[in-house]
Amino acid sequence: MKKITISDPTLRDGSHAIKHQLTVKQVSDYCAAIDKAGVPIVEVGHGNGIGASSIQVGLSRESDVKLLEAARKHLTNAKLGVHCIPGFATIKKHIKPALDIGVDIVRCACHCTEADTTRNHITFVREQGKQAFGVLMMSHMAPADVLVEEAMKMESYGAEAVIIMDSAGALLPDKVETVIGRLCDTLNVQVGYHGHNNLGMGVGNSIVAAKAGATIIDGTARCFGAGAGNTQLEILVPVLEKLGYETGIDLYRLLDAADLAEKELVQSIPRVRSISVVSGLAGVFSGFTSHVERISKQYGVDPRDVFFRLGKRGIVAGQEDMIIEEAYKLHQEKTG
Amino acid sequence: MQNKLNVAILGSGNIGTDLLIKVLRSPYLKCTWFIGRNLSSPGMRKASSLGVNISDRSIDAIIDNPTCCDLVFDATTASYHKKNAPVFKNLGIKAIDMTPSQVGEMCVPSINLKDCLASLNVNMITCGGQTAIPVAYSISRVQSGIKYIEIVSSISSRSAGPGTRANIDEYVENSESGLSQMTGCQNVKAILNLNPAIPCIDSQSSIFVSVDHPNMDVITESVATMVKQMINYVPGYELIVPPLYENGRIAAMVKVRGLGDFLPQYAGNLDIINCAAITLAEAYAKEKLG
Repeated sequence: MKKITISDPTLRDGSHAIKHQLTVKQVSDYCAAIDKAGVPIVEVGHGNGIGASSIQVGLSRESDVKLLEAARKHLTNAKLGVHCIPGFATIKKHIKPALDIGVDIVRCACHCTEADTTRNHITFVREQGKQAFGVLMMSHMAPADVLVEEAMKMESYGAEAVIIMDSAGALLPDKVETVIGRLCDTLNVQVGYHGHNNLGMGVGNSIVAAKAGATIIDGTARCFGAGAGNTQLEILVPVLEKLGYETGIDLYRLLDAADLAEKELVQSIPRVRSISVVSGLAGVFSGFTSHVERISKQYGVDPRDVFFRLGKRGIVAGQEDMIIEEAYKLHQEKTG
Repeated sequence: MQNKLNVAILGSGNIGTDLLIKVLRSPYLKCTWFIGRNLSSPGMRKASSLGVNISDRSIDAIIDNPTCCDLVFDATTASYHKKNAPVFKNLGIKAIDMTPSQVGEMCVPSINLKDCLASLNVNMITCGGQTAIPVAYSISRVQSGIKYIEIVSSISSRSAGPGTRANIDEYVENSESGLSQMTGCQNVKAILNLNPAIPCIDSQSSIFVSVDHPNMDVITESVATMVKQMINYVPGYELIVPPLYENGRIAAMVKVRGLGDFLPQYAGNLDIINCAAITLAEAYAKEKLG
């Protein structure tokens, strides 16, 4: 039976859905529940990863340290993972303290064409004897050839897996199949897939990825995540099992953890709203949604126009400040 | 009688090569040596085509010929500059450090040019620092009770060479140090985004300042005055979103279009740090040559 490792970023990507306001209690409760279900990797922290709490992408309610300490305490079998974007997080200020708390896996992420910015970070994590994965974000923005080239760089730095992230929920199954297939043919390390639901493709694309050879798949409880939400974990796992993949996860306990997430974490269950469709079509990071809505309202402009203009400019995750510029320009054009 | 200051440029990447073109235009500076490691790199070939004296012997070129220059622009990387700095010091050569090494005194010409003239080693912080810190400083000068300052810079992937990419942590750390030092605010954060879009995006920075009850009229005027000063040495500097108060913070955005010297105009990030370094070097030359 083919094995799939499930990685659960509910407590990381989900932070986007509640503007990074996760509490220590929420992290503790969910970690305890998901650990019992046998999910092997749990990611925790600010939506954009450690060190990302900022005006630019949103200020966290609790520090990385507090959330990671709580998670560590409540995970017995699962490995504790963090997302880390160089340019936001540094080795000294963020990675080192995270490892000191007991983080097992650092997923070093960058925009999908900028793999060399992760070199020092991946190298450092490996030197500390911990696991490092490479993550290529916004992967709909580059062709398969480029993604393969960037993934190979990450492998050469020491990444033990490379994850293709569909940050805007813009990928369609054909491209997922091509990209994952090409990566599995080329790399000697594991290949992973992280989906979003903007165009309704979360679970579907993840299955395509598994069939194409991906062995790490990300999913979150109740889709808890940025914008339209992520691949839904409690659907993903049984569907994979039904297709003959082995995840090692206990279905009832997984469903219990998802119920707990709905009750304790989720303010409103992510769904594909009209603005999410626009974000997916525009190819703009799902996490922009709440910022686009707030700023567009302030300037009296149509958030859909803002999204399409950002997409046209090729704005990437982390460039949330450009929302202000585009909304301001639209407002100026409207009022003369 | 000598009427130009002899300068050498160490490092033949994007920064070093763009600097060279600016030095060649300067009425106060003469490039006596353009030094790298590889004679076939694009920067070396450019220098050679401009008739500049070149060497591929890196720092050894200067050690063996200490009288080749009075001032050196170090455009290598932070870790190299840490090794080079004592060499320059022992040889009595003034160093303008283009890397985020945190070795020398930090300089933003529109804020503290005069204070840096006497220092033997001056650090130009980072491109994002040169862009955003002047705005943050001009706000901090007129507004009390600032709780937090954040600067976010976006640059085109094409303009970020291997040195910049290898120094991304140092970039963040040095930008934060410079921001803290110039504004007096201890609670700061710097963020860098690389954007690969084609056509290349212009270099720009956002400045966020957390404060209750800001006096926006005074702030707007102070920022406008600073922008005028910046344009004196960085012609492509532009305020694209004037200070506005939103969601409990002041936000402002500036953009830098470059002069298109080595890389095209989108690479305003190269331009601004190099214009700042040239401004400092020229002020030093004027003082030294009388």
